[in-house]
Amino acid sequence: MAIVIKTVGVAGSGTMGTGIAIVAARAGFRTVVYDTREEALARARKQTEGFFANSVERKKLTQDQVGKILSSLSGTTDIAALATCDIVIEAVFEDLKVKHELLARLNKVCPPHAVFASNTSTLSIAEIAAGSGREDRVVGMHFCLPAQLMKLVEMSPGLKTSDATFQAAWDFCKALDQTPVKTQDSPGFILNYFLIPFHNDVIRLVEAGVAAPADIDRAIKAGLGYAMGPLELLDLVGLDTHLLVAEALYAATHEPRAAVPALVKRMIAAGQLGRKTGRGFYTYQGNAMFGGG
Amino acid sequence: MTAAADSGEVVIIVGAKAGAAFGKFKDRERRLAILVELGTECLGAHTGEMRGEEGSNVLGFARFRLGGDEPSRLVELVRQPRTTEAAITAARQVFEGAGLQVAVCGDFAGRIIDRLVRPYYNAALRRLDEGLASAADLDATLKLGLGYPEGPIALLERTGLAYHHDVTQALFEAYGDAAYAPARRARVAKQRQGNLN
Repeated sequence: MAIVIKTVGVAGSGTMGTGIAIVAARAGFRTVVYDTREEALARARKQTEGFFANSVERKKLTQDQVGKILSSLSGTTDIAALATCDIVIEAVFEDLKVKHELLARLNKVCPPHAVFASNTSTLSIAEIAAGSGREDRVVGMHFCLPAQLMKLVEMSPGLKTSDATFQAAWDFCKALDQTPVKTQDSPGFILNYFLIPFHNDVIRLVEAGVAAPADIDRAIKAGLGYAMGPLELLDLVGLDTHLLVAEALYAATHEPRAAVPALVKRMIAAGQLGRKTGRGFYTYQGNAMFGGG
Repeated sequence: MTAAADSGEVVIIVGAKAGAAFGKFKDRERRLAILVELGTECLGAHTGEMRGEEGSNVLGFARFRLGGDEPSRLVELVRQPRTTEAAITAARQVFEGAGLQVAVCGDFAGRIIDRLVRPYYNAALRRLDEGLASAADLDATLKLGLGYPEGPIALLERTGLAYHHDVTQALFEAYGDAAYAPARRARVAKQRQGNLN
């Protein structure tokens, strides 16, 4: 029997969870956001209202539409509120134990037909599913940051994911007006598998003094037509985040290019995380960037 | 070919035999900068090297292009440890004056772009073989997710898998790093090219 999805749960109201909830509510689904932290829910609600106010200002949506969307979107610290969900997308901390604990609790609360989707970027879907109590109904749905603006979703079946589950999640993804691509349940899926080692290679070039950050970015943009240089992107993502994802990818693959260059740890120790600390590979003051030459 | 910079004279030696022509070039010291077009070789092959202290008014350069593509707007400008800042500034002015973009880099095989993208292209070909995703989904993901103008598989098909083989094989020999070893699909394309010729 085909799984009909009407109500969507989002577990975790950090940046990713908030973006995913915006996508689901905007597409007309009743959406319940669950987080254990009251303040995280409040922050998410504020960000969401800000995002939709902007959509009205830019004439993407009318005030009426936004009113309906916001009334279909609720937040809760009570996991039992997810009992009516047909799918729950988890976007909690990237830690297998944390995800297992969450899914085990969800398994007790949610109806048997409900699909559990994981927004993991580096963990294995099969390994996440193993702690869920419903391994055949778990699927990978990796949204890109920021989810409310980026269309791509990497979708991966775990070893035991049923065809019906994958199909239901795939159709749901399209109903969200997102663009799904199918990948194997393999470390980093497609995006991070290619991006993280590439970024490590770029950092190694800086580390070895082969070229200055601005020269590398200029080369990549002018030579290959990339919209953004890799070091600009790293500064935007933050070196702390890069380190977390890269260490997870290296732990899973042991590929030399996934290993984080020592420079990253030195820069993090020195507080040079990127844009958010005012200095990374470039120096920032307000919106201005220095060293971009 | 010569071009005037702000002060003094900049000499540009172009063509496949630029290095050899440079070898016969007289009165080098009198020039503000001498720019030697490079193929895949290091500038040091023409200037000689000296225990990490080489460098003068001589720079190497190469207009970047991918396989059979039109040349890009990028010039990789090759310096040595002691290359004079005046020569670099003058070289920059000449190329930027011609509407090109300049990226200064050290004198290493593959300079900036080839050194960075060839492992990525090899990985894409390898993961395609391993069934990570279809070629279309691999390309779509990297375009949509990262804003790249083209996915790696389409790019390699368009610019030539055999060409990629040659570039990455040379880097494999230079660095001995397995990431540069030509991926199976590149080796096959190279063999196929040999069979057809």
